[in-house]
Amino acid sequence: MSSNKKPLHTPLTRRSMLKASAATAAIGSAPIIFSSKAYAYANEPKGSDVVLGFNVPQTGAYADEGADELRAYELAVEHLNGGGDGGMMSTFSSKALKGNGILGRKVGYVTGDTQTKPDAARASAKSMIEKDGAIMITGGSSSGVAVAVQGLCQEVGVIFMAGLTHSNDTTGKDKKANGFRHFFNSYMSGAALAPILGENYGTDRRAYHLTADYNWGYTTEEAVRTSTEAMGWETVAAVKTPLTQTDFSSYVAPVQASGADVLVLNHYGANMVNSLTSAVQFGLRNAQANGKNFEIVVPLYSRLMAKGAGENVKGIFGSTNWHWSLQDEGSQAFVKSFGEKYGFPPSQAAHTCYVQTLLYADACERAGTHNPCGVAEALEGFEFDGLGNGKTLYRAEDHQCFKDVLVVKGKENPTSEFDLLEIVEVTPASKVTYDAKIFGGELGTCNAG
Amino acid sequence: MELSAFLLQVLNGLDKGSAYALIALGLTLIFGTLGVVNFAHGALFMIGAFCAVTLQKILTHSFITLDETKTDFLGKPLKVKTPYVEEWFGQVAGQAIIDWAVPLAILFAIPVMLLIGFAMERGLIKHFYKRPHADQILVTFGLAIVLQEIIKAYFGANQIPVPAPEAFIGSLDFGTLIGFDPGVIIYPYWRVVYFIFAMIIIAAVFAFLQFTTFGMVVRAGMADRETVGLLGIDIDKRFTIMFGIAAAVAGLAGVMYTPINPPNYHMGMDFLVISFVVVVVGGMGSLGGAVLAGFILGILESFASMREVIEFIPGINQVVIYLAAIVILLARPRGLLGRKGVMES
Repeated sequence: MSSNKKPLHTPLTRRSMLKASAATAAIGSAPIIFSSKAYAYANEPKGSDVVLGFNVPQTGAYADEGADELRAYELAVEHLNGGGDGGMMSTFSSKALKGNGILGRKVGYVTGDTQTKPDAARASAKSMIEKDGAIMITGGSSSGVAVAVQGLCQEVGVIFMAGLTHSNDTTGKDKKANGFRHFFNSYMSGAALAPILGENYGTDRRAYHLTADYNWGYTTEEAVRTSTEAMGWETVAAVKTPLTQTDFSSYVAPVQASGADVLVLNHYGANMVNSLTSAVQFGLRNAQANGKNFEIVVPLYSRLMAKGAGENVKGIFGSTNWHWSLQDEGSQAFVKSFGEKYGFPPSQAAHTCYVQTLLYADACERAGTHNPCGVAEALEGFEFDGLGNGKTLYRAEDHQCFKDVLVVKGKENPTSEFDLLEIVEVTPASKVTYDAKIFGGELGTCNAG
Repeated sequence: MELSAFLLQVLNGLDKGSAYALIALGLTLIFGTLGVVNFAHGALFMIGAFCAVTLQKILTHSFITLDETKTDFLGKPLKVKTPYVEEWFGQVAGQAIIDWAVPLAILFAIPVMLLIGFAMERGLIKHFYKRPHADQILVTFGLAIVLQEIIKAYFGANQIPVPAPEAFIGSLDFGTLIGFDPGVIIYPYWRVVYFIFAMIIIAAVFAFLQFTTFGMVVRAGMADRETVGLLGIDIDKRFTIMFGIAAAVAGLAGVMYTPINPPNYHMGMDFLVISFVVVVVGGMGSLGGAVLAGFILGILESFASMREVIEFIPGINQVVIYLAAIVILLARPRGLLGRKGVMES
């Protein structure tokens, strides 16, 4: 028997199931595209406020560095909105910022916790963009996080102003059109350090590298090896150490018998504190090898982390992006603002985050828009001064800042708990500039969402 | 491999093994007496280390005077901190007291850790005696996270340097003592101290269990809790005391470890997983097994970190402990000194 009645629901067929799945997948994977249809670009501000997303490590081993970044961001927001003493806004060579927010909109912010894990950092950035309407994401204390979040910002169409990230890859093979880095990188550390090491320790040296077994460690080892070998040093050995290693005694103990007379610790954070402590405990600071004093080098210094190593940093060379003891007008203005608000001097992470926020705001003002592509265009090739580190260029080819790099040494007689490093050389930008092509990668095109 | 390199890594393994053995000893003591798998034991090690940090902070608690001749980072007169102990006992004696903060912290840590151990056992762990091991693991792991977050909230996430006394800074040229050239086998003084300290603590725990009436009752309770209870002995009270002793052992291991690596809130977790492997490899509930396995795995880890070994088998330094555990457990399923019937259905 047949029936003329139509079924109430279309029966589920394989074809309809596939269509529904495809449609769902398309909608699910592109929420920004759909939500931004009514807008000229992703998260275009319509009201009187503009929201920035500060994505910093609030938990995990770098939480103290993240807290300092957050302090700097809060200070930058205060200054952008016309509060406080204005900090570096008064010394910044660009005079586009008026202290009335960004393009007349009051600056607000949301924060996320990167946990120093790329997945968690992407998730928190995504949440700030999609739920809170953040138009720019900034912050972080790790290259793995920076590369991951930069990739996300490129996909969804917002600007990423990197925090502390030192790997060559961030503006090298993993560079993106929507991403910008003010912080220096491994190549620059190597280029700045090598001449100072040559002057102080001679050009006939045999180096032993201990390298953290992840991307940043590799690029730093490569940079220091290339620079030091170019001036005559020989690399005796390079040993990779697990990122989770806490006791480095078994890696440090064989160094003295290896024929090396310099130990290079391509470590950061707790790795650096622990490996340096082990090296000093094993007597390397007072040892002799090949008729010379044995020396230790830490390519990337962080004052916050050097504090953990205590007395062990004394006399040890390294590089840093910025230091509160710099005497230029911009640095002093920032140290004064930060120090009076929080009671202690800012770290290099705080400095780069503060500067990145000002640079973003300034680019919006100069471009006359929050549109990421307009902002990116304003930042590309932008030359400025007055933000510490002297004259600086945001290179258009790779979105990397080129500025003076500091070579520092652990201070022998510190006058306070903050006075751990002394600047021994300000290496001019011209000495650390390189061809943008050497690290590969493609910027691609700007994405406005 | 040269003999000197071999000896160097044996020495390195001994101090690593000392830490593993001390933590695993406490773990297996708790497991053997209370039958509890205590994932908060690493946190006790960490709290012990922070007892040293706390004592250092107390001893360096300072009053501030202004030095008008110097300026701080804001250009204001420099605030000079003078510890109260220097004011009270004179500069030389005060500095000597601060210098010996770590050994003094042993005296400070013992009552603190015993109290923490008692509070943990009476306040939380005892409610989970009759629950499955999975529940015990979850609750003690949760407790470990809470404890480390409390420490982080108060002391921050960065490491805090706690140096050894000046007399123990530097290293011993061990090679020259046994006929090698100078500078071939160097070993830091404090690590020698740590190894000797670990040996004393381990010997004391064994002696306590072996040669005291209390220890005899505890051992009897470990073998047959019910029968000991039927004899009218309050075994629960004794087991609570054993929990406190295990906490104190972990705490002392932490106190003495601070000059080796500056402590941070996460250091307990770094040791926890390896310590569990040590307990399993040594044999669940076996005190001697825990100590033996601690040293064997510590030495193996040191050898696997050698450049020549890593070049031969890349990545071996990250997995050697687990590979050794697999091999040992395949050959001896109850672990090195495990007894039949312990944690077996």
